[in-house]
Amino acid sequence: MQSFSMALKSIAGNRMRSFLTMLGIIIGVLAIVVLVAIAQGSSDYVTGSIESLGTNMFSVMVRPRRENPLTLSKLDDLAAEPSIARVAPTLSSSGTLKAGLTQYEDGSLLATTPAYPEIRGWTLRSGRFLTQPDIDNRSFVAVLGQEAATELFGTLNAIGQSFSYQGYSFTVVGVLDEIGTSLLGSGDNVVVIPFTLGERILKSPGISNFYVSAQDPDHVTEAEQSIKDFLDRQFSGGAAGDSSAYNVYNQASVLDTLQQATGTLTMMLAGIAAIALLVGGIGIMNIMLVSVSERTREIGIRKAIGATRGRILSQFLIEALVLSVIGGLIGLLLSAVILYVLEPLLSISLSVSPQVALIAVGFSVFIGVVFGLYPASKASKLRPIEALRHE
Amino acid sequence: MIELRDIVKKYSLGGEEIRALDRVSLSIEEGEYLSIIGPSGSGKSTLMNIIGLLDLPDSGSYLLDGREVTHYSQRQLARLRSEHIGFIFQGFNLLSRLSALENVELPLIYQKVGPAERRRRAEAALEQVGLGGRLRHKPSELSGGQQQRVAIARALAARPQLILADEPTGNLDSHTGQDLMALFRQLNDSGKTILIITHDAGVAAQARRSLRIVDGRISSEGGAV
Ligand SMILES: Nc1ncnc2c1ncn2[C@@H]1O[C@H](COP(=O)(O)OP(=O)(O)OP(=O)(O)O)[C@@H](O)[C@H]1O
Ligand SMILES: [Mg+2]
Repeated sequence: MQSFSMALKSIAGNRMRSFLTMLGIIIGVLAIVVLVAIAQGSSDYVTGSIESLGTNMFSVMVRPRRENPLTLSKLDDLAAEPSIARVAPTLSSSGTLKAGLTQYEDGSLLATTPAYPEIRGWTLRSGRFLTQPDIDNRSFVAVLGQEAATELFGTLNAIGQSFSYQGYSFTVVGVLDEIGTSLLGSGDNVVVIPFTLGERILKSPGISNFYVSAQDPDHVTEAEQSIKDFLDRQFSGGAAGDSSAYNVYNQASVLDTLQQATGTLTMMLAGIAAIALLVGGIGIMNIMLVSVSERTREIGIRKAIGATRGRILSQFLIEALVLSVIGGLIGLLLSAVILYVLEPLLSISLSVSPQVALIAVGFSVFIGVVFGLYPASKASKLRPIEALRHE
Repeated sequence: MIELRDIVKKYSLGGEEIRALDRVSLSIEEGEYLSIIGPSGSGKSTLMNIIGLLDLPDSGSYLLDGREVTHYSQRQLARLRSEHIGFIFQGFNLLSRLSALENVELPLIYQKVGPAERRRRAEAALEQVGLGGRLRHKPSELSGGQQQRVAIARALAARPQLILADEPTGNLDSHTGQDLMALFRQLNDSGKTILIITHDAGVAAQARRSLRIVDGRISSEGGAV
């Protein structure tokens, strides 16, 4: 108790030294908490944007080969499997679209079937999506993404307007809601046309890409098995599968890979933070060593008038604890302020996780105490007269 | 009370050995008032540090109240210093960041005296040395003589049986010096054992017994005044 009030007096008695000691701690805590929050925030962002694609979605790529057995009706067979909800082939290309004098060069042409928007979770802003008759008749109709619609037709209602692509004229039948950018790229520049028409005008007959959605996220594994069985049947007449003929990508496995990548990022930032903490610790040590001669004399005086080594150590321990805990708390507070300011700038959600806060403060208190106690421990071993003579 | 026998303290500086104390033997009775006089560098402070248990001799024996203390642990020595010895240093040795009052309270803290009692005794001790109006001053805000008196108050407040004073009048004018000598005599009358070190023959003469030290040896013993 008396050691406590003595420690407080000592802290108040040398404000500069106390401040510099705390600064080391503050920097350390700040570095750890802010960097880890940024790493965590970006990792959550990546994970979140993949999950928003739907983890029950598969994309299948078929290797080009001389004879491709896949047809639209075969895909319908696959869609009939109990674990599978929807199947849609895709074919993409890019190119310039023209509407009157307006040219749109960033469009992404996507030929598919009516099932596609359901797999991707797209919704319509106006008009309609592709229908089965559009596919059957190879109709020259198109559904536009937000960006494509405004680039081509400005503020006009795009429905019923027409544009041309490679000399073919299309009528707009629908406009999609905003999709936003995802890891699969921007969605709003999309120009969706019937799959069968795409095969013809892009001169790319056959199905080499298709998307599948499982009935629900709990049946992803079964769905994947059904897809593989189906493909094996198609590519080797039902015998042992020639699995090199195709690749099935599950969003969940993409998620795994990306999480590993962001995990590495987190580790890296944590490493940087640890270095910052170390630098803070060295700062503390520096101050302690600079003040060691003053403190050694102080310790000599205290011992000469009757302090035991234990009393001196407990005073210095409390001093170091108070300084580093206050420093740690200021560091946390500043971190919270900085994260609050950064959040809108980085547009990812940033928060201080309790574990990280605990580790950061715990570690800096540890460093503060070790370096704070070191000179005291050394000096209190001296005979009083040796400590008193210290200059 | 104190029995020193053949105390030797050596310092070696760059291979050269200085015998700061050369087989010093000395005894001090309880309730005695003793002065030690000697020229600068004769070993007075060295002797005082050993008597005050701040330093240990290289050889010789030191009996304090019949106990051989040269083999005591640091912890035991700290306890003896705290309970029995009031030290007035030649260089004051005040803590510069504490006020006069806090400096005087310090030994009482280590004696585990409660806050109210501690404050009362510290104030009384400062009053006794004429610094009742300077309680909140830091050492740097006091004159040399005033710092000296804070150091004296610190030694008094702890109520030790033995008071060791290294040049206590060194920074005081003759008038304040006389007051202080009167205070020492009064303390001695009330039963305290007092040892003062000085190079001033006038001050030394006021003690009841006086020793002379030259080149680390006790050379003569004066009588009571
Ligand atoms: N730490 C030390 N290292 C080396 N020599 C020392 C040390 N302390 C004292 N001495 C030497 O021991 C001798 C006695 O010193 P001491 O301080 O006891 O003298 P003193 O009688 O108190 O002198 P003064 O009247 O000037 O205070 C001196 O020659 C001094 O140089
Ligand atoms: Mg001296």
